[in-house]
Amino acid sequence: MEKFTPIESRPAPLVEVGIIGWMRRNLFSSIPNTLVTLFTAYMLWIVLVPFINWAFISSDWFGTSREDCSSGGACWVFVTVRWNLFMYGFYPEDSYWRPNLAFILLIVTIAWLSIPNLPFKKWVGIAAITVYPVVAYTLLYGGFGLEVIPTHRWGGLMLTLVLALIGIVAAIPIGILLALGRRSEMPVIKMVCVIFIEFWRGVPLITILFMASVMLPLFFAGGTDADKLMRALIGIIMFQSAYMAEVVRGGLQALSKGQFEGADALGLSYWQKMNLVVLPQALKIMIPGIVNTLISLFKDTSLIVIIGLLDVLGMVRQALSDPAWLGYPAEGYLFAAFMFWIFCFSMSRYSIYLEDRLNTGHRN
Amino acid sequence: MKSNNRNGLTRLIYNPTARSLFFQAVVLGGLLWFMLTIIGNVMTNLDSRGISTGFGFLSQPAGFGISQTLIEYNETFSFGRTFIVGLLNTLLVSALGIVAATILGVFVGISRISPNWLLRKISMVYIEILRNIPLLLQIFFWYFVVLQTLPRPRDSITFGEAIFINVRGVFVPKPMAETGFTFYVILIVAAIIGVFVLGRWAKRRMIDTGQQFPVFWTSVGILIGTVLIGYFITGRPISLEYPELRGLNFRGGISLLPELLALWFALTIYTSTYIGEIVRSGIQSVAHGQTEACRALGLNEKQRMNLVILPQAMRVMIPPMTSQYLNLTKNSSLATAIGYPDLVSVFAGTTLNQTGQAIEIITMTMLVYLTISLSVSAFMNWFNKRVALVER
Repeated sequence: MEKFTPIESRPAPLVEVGIIGWMRRNLFSSIPNTLVTLFTAYMLWIVLVPFINWAFISSDWFGTSREDCSSGGACWVFVTVRWNLFMYGFYPEDSYWRPNLAFILLIVTIAWLSIPNLPFKKWVGIAAITVYPVVAYTLLYGGFGLEVIPTHRWGGLMLTLVLALIGIVAAIPIGILLALGRRSEMPVIKMVCVIFIEFWRGVPLITILFMASVMLPLFFAGGTDADKLMRALIGIIMFQSAYMAEVVRGGLQALSKGQFEGADALGLSYWQKMNLVVLPQALKIMIPGIVNTLISLFKDTSLIVIIGLLDVLGMVRQALSDPAWLGYPAEGYLFAAFMFWIFCFSMSRYSIYLEDRLNTGHRN
Repeated sequence: MKSNNRNGLTRLIYNPTARSLFFQAVVLGGLLWFMLTIIGNVMTNLDSRGISTGFGFLSQPAGFGISQTLIEYNETFSFGRTFIVGLLNTLLVSALGIVAATILGVFVGISRISPNWLLRKISMVYIEILRNIPLLLQIFFWYFVVLQTLPRPRDSITFGEAIFINVRGVFVPKPMAETGFTFYVILIVAAIIGVFVLGRWAKRRMIDTGQQFPVFWTSVGILIGTVLIGYFITGRPISLEYPELRGLNFRGGISLLPELLALWFALTIYTSTYIGEIVRSGIQSVAHGQTEACRALGLNEKQRMNLVILPQAMRVMIPPMTSQYLNLTKNSSLATAIGYPDLVSVFAGTTLNQTGQAIEIITMTMLVYLTISLSVSAFMNWFNKRVALVER
């Protein structure tokens, strides 16, 4: 008997596999779908092509004055000649190394803490919250033999980063305390925390900044004129810690009651229970929330323009009013937008990565 | 016995009730001391700077004009009136923003899960770009970049000589009530009530007999019919006042200031990215089994969406949606940066500069936002309890 050999299977039809099959499935699967694809592609074409042409192909990048912008496209010279101003504000040029050094130290510390499997994390972490603030303050402001540079000369991206970092670092502990207070069984403490949180969450940041700049000086004895940056920071920290408290509360509520009861049954004290059982688990759940708060804080720092501090956006606005460089608002604002976007976007990506890494499979 | 050796103080320390009372007393005392110090400082500071206190300023004449007023206003009106004008302007831009952001956001959210790859990717890029750029910057961009490219009033873009778009804003015809207008309004209200009654009747009939009635199209027919036919029956009770170019600018009609437009567009687009994500995650949060069950029951795609997926997704979407609406309302205070006359701009800005009464004005402004936030969240909590799934 002849051995049975099956006929070799035919290849799948050309229209079902490969790039054609993919396009048929994803772009042209039905008539409405095809129309949507064509319309979207057309819109993309009429928007993107002129934009790319304007921003990249016929644009000018190098030069020293507006005469160098002759190609008719975007005049990025507007940004490049002011690069230092946009980065450091009016910080004296011969001291640029100071914020640079502070920033590099910060990057190294954060990298050390965020890359998995590096040794001495605990000590680096402790140094980051105890030693680093002192070092950074000395570097940026002065003291210990360094020339003092008053805060009204700070500006640009540096100021944005300083505000966002101090804001978040101060807001986390205050937020945790507020959240614990809100869940406390002591009625007075609970009430105080609830009022505090709901008050700051209920009003727009801009009114808080107004309050910080016009009301706060009245609160101090003798009408002390506290530093403008300091006042803005107080406002931002209050605002941010209220939001942080709600994030922490969400994390605490996500823990099952058995964890609290188990810790109580073991005879742990309140702070042992919090530090050893509750917070390590809750903080993990909170990470996306914390990063989201950080992102919104980063964006919110741009509001300080309104009370007259000059962050990136403020410096760009000031540059736009320079009579020698009138008429480049698109370049200026796009540059500022890109600066904010790059930070916020990378933070949100990191948060997604962290969520995946810390996901120990408790979620369904 | 060891416990007998404890003296009263030790026993007190280990007593939870006593301890909690002690801590609460400490907090309360600290808070009171803090408040009293601040009030004392404020008093001395106000005295030394010669700033008057109290709310008397609210009845003084304001002496400045406002570029957009929904109610009658001019320089002779009081500061109290500027407060109302600003508040109304805030509410106007918030309402416009909420409506537009919801429509755009739902569209973006649905595009995010569309079967069309291109649409899906574009809406993702839209969300990722626009929600990572500060709102203030977007407002500036619309105001100083996009709207500045519009033509001068003389070369306005026009639609049928009725709508004019130029660098000074958008000018649309203004409807004016003529005789018979009241009757027309009554007719329309009656039609709306009729549609409601029809809806209830159709639902009852469906529950009783299982027969369905095309409520949607009938309602649309009734409404459009009443609006159109009623217009002619009542003798054309609405006339339009067209904007006209007089000198350098347009007069008449309704003008939408460029400040309002820039703020509105920026708020809409920024908030729509958040609403888009809420809509997407809301729809995706409905378990896939629900879709499969619908197909097994033989429901078509529209029925599946309307009867099964959306009612369940809504429940997930409502709380974050509310907080976005509140955020939009609070964010509308950024108006002050481009000079749209909202509450913060006219009251916490101009009025504050003229009177110097920072405490009263900032407190009033904050109280307005607090009232809005707290009342909306109270309402939403109540509503949420009503629609929340009752679990075992």
